[in-house]
Amino acid sequence: MRFPRWLLSDRTGLVLLAVLMIIGIGVPALNLLVPPDHPLHLTAYTVTLLGKYLCYALLAVSIDLVWGYMGILSLGHAAFFTLGGYCFGMYMMRQIGTRGVYGDPVLPDFMVFLNWKDLPWYWHSFDMFWFAALMVMVVPGLLAFIFGWFAFRSRVSGVYLSIITQALTYALMLAFFRNEMGFGGNNGLTDFKDILGYSIHADETRIVLFVLSALALAGGYLACRWLVSTRMGRVLVAIRDSEDRTRFLGYRVEQVKTLVFTFSAMLAGVAGALYVPQVGIINPGEFAPLNSIEAVIWVAVGGRGTLVGAVVGAVLVNYSKSWLTAALPEVWLFALGGLFVAVTLLLPYGLIGLLRRRRETAS
Amino acid sequence: MSELIFEPEAAGMHTPVAPVDATHGILLYLEGVTVSFDGFKAIDNLSLYIGDGELRCIIGPNGAGKTTMMDIITGKTKPDAGRVFFGQTIDLLKLDEPAIARIGIGRKFQKPTVIEPLTVLENLELAMSGAKRLRGLMTTRMSGEERDRISAVLDQVGLNEQAQRLAGVLAHGQKQWLEIGMLLMQEPRLLLVDEPVAGMTPAEMERTAELLKSLAGNHSVVVVEHDMGFVRSIADQVTVLHQGRVLAEGRLDELQVDPLVIEVYLGGEDAHH
Repeated sequence: MRFPRWLLSDRTGLVLLAVLMIIGIGVPALNLLVPPDHPLHLTAYTVTLLGKYLCYALLAVSIDLVWGYMGILSLGHAAFFTLGGYCFGMYMMRQIGTRGVYGDPVLPDFMVFLNWKDLPWYWHSFDMFWFAALMVMVVPGLLAFIFGWFAFRSRVSGVYLSIITQALTYALMLAFFRNEMGFGGNNGLTDFKDILGYSIHADETRIVLFVLSALALAGGYLACRWLVSTRMGRVLVAIRDSEDRTRFLGYRVEQVKTLVFTFSAMLAGVAGALYVPQVGIINPGEFAPLNSIEAVIWVAVGGRGTLVGAVVGAVLVNYSKSWLTAALPEVWLFALGGLFVAVTLLLPYGLIGLLRRRRETAS
Repeated sequence: MSELIFEPEAAGMHTPVAPVDATHGILLYLEGVTVSFDGFKAIDNLSLYIGDGELRCIIGPNGAGKTTMMDIITGKTKPDAGRVFFGQTIDLLKLDEPAIARIGIGRKFQKPTVIEPLTVLENLELAMSGAKRLRGLMTTRMSGEERDRISAVLDQVGLNEQAQRLAGVLAHGQKQWLEIGMLLMQEPRLLLVDEPVAGMTPAEMERTAELLKSLAGNHSVVVVEHDMGFVRSIADQVTVLHQGRVLAEGRLDELQVDPLVIEVYLGGEDAHH
């Protein structure tokens, strides 16, 4: 097998892929093959936690593509993540069937509770796995396309665009909180039972979800890495650094932006869809503006415009969060804010930038 | 809609190939162009003709409308009145910036604008005409013919040795030449060059003069410049703009003795700008 040059010259990326391969095989082995009383055994809880980190990492990669390379600071990317999650949650809700509290074969519990008689039209077909799996990308992609079409064509950019993306995710949060929307109001979607007939509580299903998350991250990374190494990648950098120059060179800047923004939203949607079955719930709180801002901080910490940095940042910050919210819960937000300020001031290229600088001074 | 954008033409990645018709010897027509911002007439009934293959210098005090004129030609600003034609047939007022760039009008900004994190070679590749279709963008390779075109331009602007260096580390003058090189990669018929020698050393100025003179003939070149010495070294025809209109037109030595020109520009406060 011959590797293309764009992949071979990407050293940190190869390291990332190797690590993903090792944990993609090692984590399931430590869970399934090592007996539970052995010190090296990984509990299902840990596997799921790691799987969650991988989903966050894919979200971070999608943000880095638009922010790090194209200069669009989206403070609403968690909206695409959450929409993907809702799409897959709808599939799992429809799989519950008569096992719900009210035992209605078609309507999810919350609809019975609201006295609804029929399934809303947009819930149709979500009982089919392939359809839900498609919508996981189509719904976030369509929203991003429409949003991008209007925002980029009107040449909204910089901080104004960031504020609009915040408003977008906030508006979605408010809308999804309403029971009338038909997405379970503030409780969201939960009480999932199975996917394609496999119980989501079974260790084996959790392992499969973990491996799929690792594969999705690897695939998303490769797609973004390839894109930024093509001529298109150079156009993205040109748009980031001098939008006018790029336009006067004959590029339709707004269309390139819309295209890449849409692709990025689809990746975020996939991340959300893999996240929801692992945590077992999706509710409107995931649309909270703070979530999107946190995701941007992961990218900044790891190193903007490096893709690998996005993965590193997402995993490290979330690991610290898991640890700190258990040890000193009230400190977390201050720590997060402090981290962002520190990284912005001291490490403009994040942790990956620090590594590169080390290597350059060493050689 | 989502299908449309994957269509190269709908995505605007297609290069229209309407050949410009300059059979009457004139490449660019501006007729009765007026544009005002908040009541202030930046361009006031301006008429200007640029010949095919001509090298024209445009001078004028600050606020004379030089940059606004470039904005109008390149589609950034739409005038309130007037006609702007490229050759006999192409109405520039109906096109937007990327379309105007693709029919063969290249613009160099006053501040050198190159993409600093990319190498010199990548900057030229970025600007290459024909590479802008969607399919052309989705590649990591360069064809032999494309390589030849880039190395020809590298020769022309004298940046052969710097091809693999990052544009950000180039000297000021080299950045200006790179940007001119990027315009050449677009295969333009008309080059609009805004203050090319601002901040250059005398040696760099001399090379720039030679470069611009070598481009005339195959291309029409319009240079906006403040530096009189530089204008004298390159241009046969000079247009003086003042308050958004043409004050005088002719050879520089004639203009320098024109009392009107002396009053508003050459002898005035702004002469040293």
